[in-house]
Amino acid sequence: MRPVIPYVTAALLFGLGGYGVLRRRNAVLVLMAVELMLNAVNLILVTADTTAKAVLPHGGQVFALFVIVLAAAEIGVGLAIVLQLYRMRASVSVDAIPLAGHPPDESARAAARPGGAAPDHPHVSGDEPEGPR
Amino acid sequence: MTAVDALLLALGAVAVGSALLVVATRHLVRAGLYLVVCLGAVAGMYLVLAAELVAWVQVLIYVGAVVVLLLFAVMLTRAPIGASDDLDRPGWPATLIGGGTGLGLAALLIDAYRWTTVQVPEAGTAERLGAQVFGSWVLPFEVLSVLLLSALVGAIVLSRPDIGTTRPARSSTGDGDEVPGERGRSR
Repeated sequence: MRPVIPYVTAALLFGLGGYGVLRRRNAVLVLMAVELMLNAVNLILVTADTTAKAVLPHGGQVFALFVIVLAAAEIGVGLAIVLQLYRMRASVSVDAIPLAGHPPDESARAAARPGGAAPDHPHVSGDEPEGPR
Repeated sequence: MTAVDALLLALGAVAVGSALLVVATRHLVRAGLYLVVCLGAVAGMYLVLAAELVAWVQVLIYVGAVVVLLLFAVMLTRAPIGASDDLDRPGWPATLIGGGTGLGLAALLIDAYRWTTVQVPEAGTAERLGAQVFGSWVLPFEVLSVLLLSALVGAIVLSRPDIGTTRPARSSTGDGDEVPGERGRSR
């Protein structure tokens, strides 16, 4: 078996994942590209398990299992953030997020709530940016 | 070039090709389905590399759970059916960084391993990997379980906007199941 084949495949997958993270605008597609990068790392670990002789046998495969669990946790939290973003802004475009804007803090929410003008949407007014959308 | 090498080459070509389609397609749902092909090809490479348990866990968790979650997110964010034109940013820095990273790593690994051969090791069955996980790697395993629990709690807290507020107002319990389209129309 020639280990250079899976190694080069993993390197190309990592490069494609990095390209996707930087290129894509939709946040769900960014998460898919992150999954590609995590898979490249897993492939490196499993291949290194065949080439490197370690003290503990199958260390690379055990670490690949750990990375898979980490990816599951990451995708859960990431999708919660994406869905919350969609609920707040009705869009999942990552370059429409104002990085320097003020977050919806508690005082703005609390100030907006007791008026009772919009009882259905209590957190709308706190997270709106100042400018036109 | 043996049969193992030919299999690895074919599966690697499928994985890289479908990964290219994942980052290049203009259909959101198709990107998820190409991701299934890519992850399945990588699972096939694990099988050829004698990592049985990792291959099946990959099929179960990645193809079974993660891709389904991603497709749920595509549906829940009301992705348009059909091609969308606004999925990409201008791509010169992405091409530069992604291509540079991928080709640089590939050159590094080719230089390190040339065309050498190694023996395919003994299969990483569930018995051997289980002995390792619950023998030498027990502490990382337990830390990982705590991390999974905290990620679960974090996802729940993130998706419920009424948790962080100090005062439970009478109306704030109702916006967890609010339809996003109504908000868009009400502006």
